[in-house]
Amino acid sequence: MSNIPKELKYASTHEWVRNEGDGIFTVGITEHAQDLLGDMVFVELPEVGDAVAAGDDVAVCESVKAASDIYAPIAGEIVEVNEELEDAPETVNNDPFGDGWLFKIKAEDPSEVEGLLDAEGYQAVIDED
Amino acid sequence: MANRTPLYDAHVKAGAKMVDFHGWDMPLNYGSQIEEHNAVRNDSGVFDVSHMTIVDVSGIDAKPFLRHLLANDVAKLSIPGKALYSGMLNEQGGVIDDLIAYFFSDESYRLVVNSATREQDMAWINKAAGSFKVTITEQPTLGMLALQGPKAEEKLKLVLGDEAFAAVDGMKPFMSQQVGDYFIATTGYTGEKGYEIAVPGDKLEPLWDALLNVGVQPCGLGARDTLRLEAGMNLYGQDMDESVTPLEANMGWSVAFEPADRQFIGREALEQQKAAGHAKLVGLVMKDKGVLRHGQKVIVEGGEGVITSGTFSPTLGFSIAMARVPATVGDTAEVEIRKKLVTVSVVKPSFVRNGKSVLA
Repeated sequence: MSNIPKELKYASTHEWVRNEGDGIFTVGITEHAQDLLGDMVFVELPEVGDAVAAGDDVAVCESVKAASDIYAPIAGEIVEVNEELEDAPETVNNDPFGDGWLFKIKAEDPSEVEGLLDAEGYQAVIDED
Repeated sequence: MANRTPLYDAHVKAGAKMVDFHGWDMPLNYGSQIEEHNAVRNDSGVFDVSHMTIVDVSGIDAKPFLRHLLANDVAKLSIPGKALYSGMLNEQGGVIDDLIAYFFSDESYRLVVNSATREQDMAWINKAAGSFKVTITEQPTLGMLALQGPKAEEKLKLVLGDEAFAAVDGMKPFMSQQVGDYFIATTGYTGEKGYEIAVPGDKLEPLWDALLNVGVQPCGLGARDTLRLEAGMNLYGQDMDESVTPLEANMGWSVAFEPADRQFIGREALEQQKAAGHAKLVGLVMKDKGVLRHGQKVIVEGGEGVITSGTFSPTLGFSIAMARVPATVGDTAEVEIRKKLVTVSVVKPSFVRNGKSVLA
């Protein structure tokens, strides 16, 4: 059974979102997603300053098995990306909810996050797969 | 329910992620396939290959039968235990399977064939046997492990003990020896030194446990695939199948056209194709970010081809692939990756041997 932290919000496309305050939200992929993909070999991140809409493909996680698009769960501006992943993509496997985060978004409308799944809702998505 | 090898419980106990592989429940990895890959390149790893099919061929016509059945010539084998790699072809020259044939005597051989093609293989072998005086015996009760890596020898010695190990000490590649319950061959699918060991099913788990106890890394299908691809070894069903001849699959070296009077199945078709020209299997190297994948289109001088196997190479740190392309191919090619064309180098389909890059 995959670990699904209760304090995070989720997209059905397997991204998680953490509220950092001040309208900033950190985004990563879930433990379930990294497990499906297997060993990560490249992570392509967006540019800081990019304006993104919810559902845009903004990053790519490429594993030994497949390349997977990562979608922006909410609209806003990319304010930071995890540059450590350039040299250590395996961090996404080892610590998907922590050091393996991908990017941070300054939300256009922080209330948009309320529309995402909670842990229970995301669990239901996994169970359906 | 899927078939299980005698090691199913041992895999689960070792934390394996199990997947279906042509009707068999097999380990994909035990955590990280890259760590498993590196263990084989730098130390040692062990794979459960019990799903592979072992077929013994015996009888007074065993030798002439195999000289008819296989594209390579078992008459090259004269030292008991010696092995050779061969394709088994249909009349059109297409590869029904690739296999290893072990020679014990002119009247006794062993074939190790792929699991995915087991039924077609057995049907084909039995049909081809026709009026030859041979007995074809499958050995489903034998399990098999592949112990691979620069420290495989040292680890096997620890497990067998000095006395039993002496029987295989210094054995050259592609040799085999029966040691008590163990049929030990210096073969493999990784480009490293190592052994493939066939044992009775009930003796498999103790051997597996003993190897793990001396620090051998259990390895799954994921690492097996990246290791064989780095070594430039074909995967049946992906790099070749019944619609592809050995000449189109970088297996020409395993076709024995001499002596010219040996009438093996598929010979005529291969001779015609050789004269007419044919596509070839090449290696591709991409040092840019990204991973070459099976099925991607390859544009070369004089036409188009396709990637048959592609992966990220953990040893090299960039992506490699095998691709079937027109023979007019030059030194570079373009691959369509995620709707973009990327230029890649064209090389011989062999990338890593004995832990080191063989790229120029």
